[in-house]
Amino acid sequence: MNEKIKFSIDGKECTADKGTNLVDAAKANGIYIPTLCHLEGVKPAGSCRICNVKINGRFMTACTTEVAQGMVIENNTAEIQELRNIIVETLFVSGNHFCPACEKSGNCDLQALGYRFKMMVPRFPYEFEEKLVDAESPKIFIDRNRCILCKRCVRSIKSKDGKSIFAIKGRGHKAMINIDHELANRMTDEEAQNAMDTCPVGSILRKERGYLDPIGRRKFDRQPIGSEIEQAIK
Amino acid sequence: MNSQVKSIMEKYGNDPTRLMDILRDITSELGYVSQKESASVAEQLKMSTVDVEQTLSFYHFFSEKPKGKFNIYLNDSLVANMMGRAEVAEAFEKATGSKFGGVSPDGLFGLFNTSCIGMNDQEPAAIINGVIFPKITTYRVRELIKSFRNGKTPNDMINSYGGGQNQSELIKSMVTNNLNRRGPVIFGDYEKGSVLQKIAKMQPKEIIDEVKNSNLRGRGGAGFPTGLKWEFCTKSLEKTKYLICNADEGEPGTFKDRVILTEIPHLLFEGMILAGYAIGAKEGILYLRLEYEYLQNHLENVLNRFRENGWLGQNASGIKGFNYDIRIQFGAGAYVCGEESALIESCEGKRGEPRNRPPFPVQVGYLNKPTVVNNVETLCSTVKIIMNGAEWYKTMGTKETSGTKLLSISGDVKYPGVFEIEWGMSVREMLEMSGAIDPIAVQVGGPSGRLIGENEFDRTICYEDLPTGGAMIVIGEERNILQVVKNFTEFFIEESCGSCAPCRYLTVILRNKLQKIIDGKGIAQDINDLISWGTQMKKANRCGLGQTAANPILTSIENFRSEYEAKIEKGKDFYSRFDMDAAIQESCRAVGRFPHA
Repeated sequence: MNEKIKFSIDGKECTADKGTNLVDAAKANGIYIPTLCHLEGVKPAGSCRICNVKINGRFMTACTTEVAQGMVIENNTAEIQELRNIIVETLFVSGNHFCPACEKSGNCDLQALGYRFKMMVPRFPYEFEEKLVDAESPKIFIDRNRCILCKRCVRSIKSKDGKSIFAIKGRGHKAMINIDHELANRMTDEEAQNAMDTCPVGSILRKERGYLDPIGRRKFDRQPIGSEIEQAIK
Repeated sequence: MNSQVKSIMEKYGNDPTRLMDILRDITSELGYVSQKESASVAEQLKMSTVDVEQTLSFYHFFSEKPKGKFNIYLNDSLVANMMGRAEVAEAFEKATGSKFGGVSPDGLFGLFNTSCIGMNDQEPAAIINGVIFPKITTYRVRELIKSFRNGKTPNDMINSYGGGQNQSELIKSMVTNNLNRRGPVIFGDYEKGSVLQKIAKMQPKEIIDEVKNSNLRGRGGAGFPTGLKWEFCTKSLEKTKYLICNADEGEPGTFKDRVILTEIPHLLFEGMILAGYAIGAKEGILYLRLEYEYLQNHLENVLNRFRENGWLGQNASGIKGFNYDIRIQFGAGAYVCGEESALIESCEGKRGEPRNRPPFPVQVGYLNKPTVVNNVETLCSTVKIIMNGAEWYKTMGTKETSGTKLLSISGDVKYPGVFEIEWGMSVREMLEMSGAIDPIAVQVGGPSGRLIGENEFDRTICYEDLPTGGAMIVIGEERNILQVVKNFTEFFIEESCGSCAPCRYLTVILRNKLQKIIDGKGIAQDINDLISWGTQMKKANRCGLGQTAANPILTSIENFRSEYEAKIEKGKDFYSRFDMDAAIQESCRAVGRFPHA
């Protein structure tokens, strides 16, 4: 049996297996730490910063931190919530997110976090920067207006011989996801669907498959993101 | 495949971790790396084209589009601007018929803004095809462009040599050292090679203990205890270890490493041998910023002499079983690569994105092996510590900060340059020493540090009070503080790797807010927003760049709030002077009708 680690989150005593990252460790104890770039089974990137928690008084990303004996973790505090709100609002204004017209609406993690955090309107002004849409590949397109650069696709979607289909191009606020057309041309329907499912927002989409789930049957229609974790263990 | 590209690939053994070198060599051969070349490099390295483009597009000095025959990278640092960059830039645009960020229609000239090139003591300065042109005037601009049109090369236009080694056969540069003050540690007397004789009789542990005992802390700015870093590295069970010297000094306002690399590179390389021996490294790497490419032949020559002397190679420095060499790895224009884990990524041929920690580089570093990354000045200091002992070293400086520090002082001073001081000098003394001209502020430690005003001039330069990596930018009373802050904030926007969401975009939001205040459209709430949003940066981001990117804004509001308040609308909750005519200009143009016409 795995070695058990004891720690606390917001004063609640928790236990988890040694070697677990904090997001999963919290989940095992019925506590939701919001994530965007985190993807189960893929090496954490710690790039969206939404899972920032305070560990023994220091800000650290939960996805990149392994749980340790006696850790005192703050997750649901006003200070941390303010930081998370600012990150979500920053992501909204850094792209062009028009939820009502988006195929991913209701299935989008960013939108769901906006609802969960009760965001009415971002505090920051919109910049409406021009972003390029890449529709060259036969099965998928990338709408960079909606991309939050979580790099889930970069990290996890590879060709059969292990090559990257997605990568970053440029740096800073001009950084964007670049797609290898030659490799993307060879994607199967299943791989295309997987790429779309990997994207937490509506940036990678399958062609000719939009709006498949009717309202009411989409992922976050009935309850906020994270509720399933909180309800699993009370 | 292009035969030149093929031979470059072979030179680096088709090794994907040498992608930086491959792209640099292709750039020097062909001027840029086209998509076709990217694809053939990718094929040869068995990676996808987008992965090659990922590295290529990250670095400022690489390009996937053709550039000019002459590429002018004009420094856009604060001090360059203080010293008259604007009119020089205008002269370049006029003479070349091109705009910054583009190439002239005849394909001759490319004009590019660039972050600090380490010449703050001789601005405005530019790099043209690798040649440094310091102290450029509008006259010089016209002369240069005219001569280039008439077939002269940048090398032909070198019309004077700077002092010291700058005039040696292998450098021949117009750069001046401005070494204004030699101290007892870095620039003290030293007989070449003597530390190597000494360490040959020492055990690695003795060396580490001596460095630990000296209390030497990393001189790049973060100030981690050097001896402790070395010790952590030796604790790893991995047999292969690496020593990397961080010579990527990109903090605007710093240029001390430039002077070390020019005048006393042997001291640095001896430090790299010493450190390599202490931690049991297989290889030493000097990560050098491409801005200092003009020093390459000089440095390679010193390394060759080291090899001839037997100081490098098999049984290096006469130490049996110590097989160690040093190679130079060039960057390609990215400030963030001064962060040690980003630097390691860059050494591995990737985009310079800082890694998550833990694990720390001393555990998992270059090629996933334990790696020590030390600053140039740190490594030079260790040589003297081993030669003269930790106790000698501790007689200098303050109680908690031993030794000396190189300051790079620039801006509104009579004597810009490098000064080696003992820790413990006050800012006021520092200003006096460098001949400051009516100073109202000092940017301590570059943009990532603090903007201090007169009220902090009696603070002491040391870790227990005012720590610094050494960049000191003196700002005189004629200067506009908000423009200073804007220059620094835009620097961070330009240099962000883009990985962490807040660093990528909150910086842009902050800049826009600052611009609103500069434009006279701000209200009191805007200042409060800058503080509350800026404060999040420290909490939110992964690396030092992101965490400090709001420092110029935060520390300037702390110390120069009145400058902000003078620009805002008093007693208003919103900007009340909406300019209808200006707001509808775009639609007027679109429909071709103007209300007052």
